[in-house]
Amino acid sequence: MIPERLVNWIVFAGLLAFPLWAVVADEPFTITLVTRAVILAIAAVGLNIALGIGGLVSLGHAVFFGLGGYAMGILAYHAQTYTSLDLFGMSLSGTKSMPIIWLVAVVVSALAAWIIGLLSLRTSGVYFIMITLAFGQMFYYFAISWGTYGGEDGLSIYVRNGFPGLNTLVPIQFFGLCFALLGIVLFLNARLQSAPFGLALNAARQVPTRVETVGLNPTRLKLVAFVISGAITGLAGALFADLNRFVSPTMFSWQLSGELIVLIIIGGVGRLYGPVIGACLFVALEHWLGAVTEFWHVYLGLILLAIVLFARGGIIGLLTGKEGAYV
Amino acid sequence: MSTLLIIEQVLNGLQFGVMLFLMAAGLTLIFGVMGLINLAHGSLYMIGAFAAAAVAGATGSFVLALAAALAVAAIAGALIEITVIRRLYGKAHLDQVLATFALILIFSEGTRWLFGSFPLFLDIPDYLSGPVTLPGGIQYPLYRLTLIAVGLLVGLGLWVLIERTRIGIQIRAGENDREMIAALGVDIRLLYTLVFAIGAALAGLAGALVGAIQSVQVGMGEPVLILAFVVIVIGGIGSIKGAFIGALLVGLTDTLGGIFLPQFFKLFMEPGAATQTGSALASMAIYILMSLVLIWRPTGLFGARA
Repeated sequence: MIPERLVNWIVFAGLLAFPLWAVVADEPFTITLVTRAVILAIAAVGLNIALGIGGLVSLGHAVFFGLGGYAMGILAYHAQTYTSLDLFGMSLSGTKSMPIIWLVAVVVSALAAWIIGLLSLRTSGVYFIMITLAFGQMFYYFAISWGTYGGEDGLSIYVRNGFPGLNTLVPIQFFGLCFALLGIVLFLNARLQSAPFGLALNAARQVPTRVETVGLNPTRLKLVAFVISGAITGLAGALFADLNRFVSPTMFSWQLSGELIVLIIIGGVGRLYGPVIGACLFVALEHWLGAVTEFWHVYLGLILLAIVLFARGGIIGLLTGKEGAYV
Repeated sequence: MSTLLIIEQVLNGLQFGVMLFLMAAGLTLIFGVMGLINLAHGSLYMIGAFAAAAVAGATGSFVLALAAALAVAAIAGALIEITVIRRLYGKAHLDQVLATFALILIFSEGTRWLFGSFPLFLDIPDYLSGPVTLPGGIQYPLYRLTLIAVGLLVGLGLWVLIERTRIGIQIRAGENDREMIAALGVDIRLLYTLVFAIGAALAGLAGALVGAIQSVQVGMGEPVLILAFVVIVIGGIGSIKGAFIGALLVGLTDTLGGIFLPQFFKLFMEPGAATQTGSALASMAIYILMSLVLIWRPTGLFGARA
């Protein structure tokens, strides 16, 4: 059995080395593919805070992914058409600057997560799963029927947004940016897990009654976790939209929420690098199996079924011999 | 706005509601008895519709098509219960969600592989097509009226099955105390397979019936599945009565909201903006309804447990 720390370092180094090799070998598509994996990993790391530590099985995290995407889409749309964005009587201008877009994406998704969390956390268990799923659908249908920003067709952004000092149109530079953000998010996640808040949250998942007895409020702990989780997934959504230079209601789709959970499960629930490994494997499967057969989802389904029934710790569990967190 | 239009839309809402009830009844029964959240219920709806379309295409008989939908969905349900679902009872909800999500992937892509990506069509038989005149001079499609009747009849049948038969007693006992009923000599594994097959058959029937007014295609099950979730969250998970009331509420809210909200906003907004605001809000109406119910009663209208 390999120590988990070693697995983590290998994954981190591999994720950095692979695109660098692609630069040398002049294969820009591979870099885009890895960037996609990195962005999905950020989204899944976000979800893992709610799911793996907080035990909140949210089948609606696409809401935050989509909100991040639309935050980018709407701001860039107004910037590229030189129109103003009228909001609550204020006339704002759009922007093509990534840091501002990220800030908006994070704030908007955190706000949405707070409201959805406030409502959903009145319930637990199966109710929570179904309600988050329903909120996801609500945003999905809203995005489809709201014609101002493309409705069902989505919104195309012609030029990727800029970051001070970088040329984001060069694949490796945009990858570097996403990779740095993944590093920051992972670092925050690791700090959070060992901080008093993370420990309390972990306990609130396992024995809420005891947490309450020592004077903490489990629901409030979970709400904060849900908000942090939503904010990170929102950031990933903004990056994902920038990668494709396109947003559409599919970013809100419930399949995406399901896939985000799938990423975590493949890698290992509650493990720091679980979502990262899961995202890499998912993108690799999508690419390789998708090239072999049009019906690659069948194989994904079978793999998923095998992991759920026989290998609860996911890939990290298989490598390190540890079980995943019980959710 | 004429009274005729309102009555017609109420009937449309009822029709939508009773079809949702067929889906929601199976889901809530399966959750109530086995404690299982089944995302693949929408796949069984799809399987029913495809079985009906295939049989109707081969034989031309609508009755045979419905029988095929019931049988194929029930068999598919029993098969997945025995091979996969059985291992998930008593496991974490996350495992159930993932395993049944995996089943959706397998069923959807498998169906696409078998039937291709193009939608199939299931025709309404001649003896059920065309409008009928209701008291008051309302013209309403006979087929939709039949759907309402079938839905209500199935609901009644389900009530009789659960409240008045021996199997119903066993199902209710299984909800309350599975160890005790097993100790009394009831084969609990068989009972679970049976309940799952009944739920699957109801979903298959709904798929076939609705398939005749919409197209039969891969992915048709999931939107309905999510609406059925909304229904049972509103009604209270595990309660058939709650599923019935919830289904009618959702059906009516969705249908009437889509028609009347844009009209309502036209009263004080310019027409273009009113249509957009109204239709956007209408698409969210049932979820707003769900949120309101949850604020008022976190376990749904008739739910006992969380």
